[in-house]
Amino acid sequence: MTGGGGRVPRGSERMTDRVQQATSRDQQAIGGGERVTAPLIELSGVSKFYGNIKALEGVSLEVRPGEITCVLGDNGAGKSTLIKIIAGLHQHDAGTFAVEGEETRLASPREALDRGIATVYQDLAVVPLMPVWRNFFLGSEPTRGRGLLRRLDARKMRETTRGELLRMGIDLRDVDQPIGTLSGGERQCVAIARAVYFGAKVLVLDEPTAALGVKQSGVVLKYVAAARDAGLGVVLITHNPHHAYLVGDRFVLLKRGAMFGAHTKAEIGLDELTRQMAGGSELEELSHELARATGGTSQAAPGGVSAAEA
Amino acid sequence: MTALTKAPRTPGAPAPEDERLLRPSLLRRLMGRPELGAVVGAAAVFVFFSLAADSFLRASSLSTVLYASSIFGIMAVPVALLMIGGEFDLSTGVMVTSSALISSMFSYQMTANVWVGVGVSLLATLAIGVFNGVLLVRTKLPSFIITLGTFLMLTGLNLGSTKLISGTVSTKSIADMEGFDSAKALFASHLSLGDVDIQVTVLWWAALVAVATWILLRTRVGNWIFASGGGADAARAVGVPVSKTKIGLYMGVAFCAWIAGQHLLFSYDTVQSGEGVGNEFLYIIAAVIGGCLMTGGYGSAIGSAVGAFIFGMTNKGIVYAEWESDWFKFFLGAMLLLATLLNAWVRKRAEASR
Repeated sequence: MTGGGGRVPRGSERMTDRVQQATSRDQQAIGGGERVTAPLIELSGVSKFYGNIKALEGVSLEVRPGEITCVLGDNGAGKSTLIKIIAGLHQHDAGTFAVEGEETRLASPREALDRGIATVYQDLAVVPLMPVWRNFFLGSEPTRGRGLLRRLDARKMRETTRGELLRMGIDLRDVDQPIGTLSGGERQCVAIARAVYFGAKVLVLDEPTAALGVKQSGVVLKYVAAARDAGLGVVLITHNPHHAYLVGDRFVLLKRGAMFGAHTKAEIGLDELTRQMAGGSELEELSHELARATGGTSQAAPGGVSAAEA
Repeated sequence: MTALTKAPRTPGAPAPEDERLLRPSLLRRLMGRPELGAVVGAAAVFVFFSLAADSFLRASSLSTVLYASSIFGIMAVPVALLMIGGEFDLSTGVMVTSSALISSMFSYQMTANVWVGVGVSLLATLAIGVFNGVLLVRTKLPSFIITLGTFLMLTGLNLGSTKLISGTVSTKSIADMEGFDSAKALFASHLSLGDVDIQVTVLWWAALVAVATWILLRTRVGNWIFASGGGADAARAVGVPVSKTKIGLYMGVAFCAWIAGQHLLFSYDTVQSGEGVGNEFLYIIAAVIGGCLMTGGYGSAIGSAVGAFIFGMTNKGIVYAEWESDWFKFFLGAMLLLATLLNAWVRKRAEASR
């Protein structure tokens, strides 16, 4: 019966004036200028070793309230190791990890939650066979009564779930249906809504759009932006630079466990981000190799386009 | 931003009723319950034996059936909860015997009040449950393997230590010892309502089903049990104490094994050390017939009770129909297959109709 009690839902009232903020924010220069607020999370030079394997080396990143920090990298770049350190599943071996300016070492996901860091995993955000309302409050169920009569406040749970989902534009027929019957995007949104409702300060999203179609991805990204506008700091892990550039303020690129680049939105354009993400010079090399492999002329003219036309 | 801008109309106001949500028909709501398959099956078995055996419908027969059901029902309840939590326990059958043996032998050897033995037995049986649970969450091995190990170890311990201490395969009688009568009243008495004889185990069973249902559907722990079985990683990620929940479930199994064991002891006054082997499957069968999913995350305590009732009806119905009792196992197997198929079919329909 530990935990949960201290986490007071507070996201709901913040979400109400979210839309107005969203519109005013769009006119601001995104990511421009120095912010005075302290970072919610600051990693500097963080490394993680599994035996003699370097899973992560010297990674630095910061997450500020009302900003989205995107972590980009190919498979095996160390994204999931990074997320596990922030979520409290693993501990870092070197470097510093500060939460709101205070250096920490998170012992468990529960501790991370208590510090206001909520993580939404792509594949294990929810328990599919359980009703939506039970999933929404899982781990932080409100109760009423005392002693042996202490019981779930099922009515409040159902009503809150419906209300909170409606606020974000998910209109459910029945919160009693197993959450497995919702679409992938809706499940992600429920998980995000849950984190916001329980007063998360930092939202860590692990590949929220990886398994989704174009339209569903859009819905999820909109909701990510809404969480940002509600004042949360967001860490968005993805390998899709297009999705990242749509919403991100800062970009951290990982490659083979190491930092490969860190940019703010003002410093980098989508083309350059995509190029770096896709491997930059490696991609050019690849296009040369492919040109040769398809039987084209080996003395390709500079620039792939003219080579194809030749 | 279209989806967002239309969303919050009046912040803070309760969500309006959804006009698309028709009040589901009674049938539709029943279809969504995990127990449905078992209830249909129980009705079918009841009708079958009512026709096949003339004496089946008598009040005295009913009380016999209820007694047989309760013996298995008491254990089917925690086994069902454990299965909803995503784990198995194969050591349950012999654990009941172990519990009875510990109680009996401690009292006899220490010449203590039998209540002392009963108390020691409770602690020792709970310790076995903790052993199962802790080993499971520490090693992360499948519960099938771990409890198979406990099953074999307990079987050996029961036989070996009984022979070592009392020299035979059964314990000495404790009927003349202090406290025997009061303990028998709690664990193995019966009361008469008119000409119907109700065994106290039926009351234990009913109480356990009620408590388990309350825990499962109306407490935080119940939510955690469903989550531990339906998606342990997801549950852990939102802060559910999955390991503690599972250890608790194994302790629940041990607690009920203690009740069943004390009944075994006090309904006679000696215990056969080889008893109980094979019963673990009967408990699991009752839970599965009652709608528990083998993979966890779905099921009910009431379902397990209905499963145990089917079990009791078949067990005694065959006797009343004056058939060879060897056919019981065949019936049981057929019932298990039918119930599982029916459950799968019902669940598929219930989910499709949403």
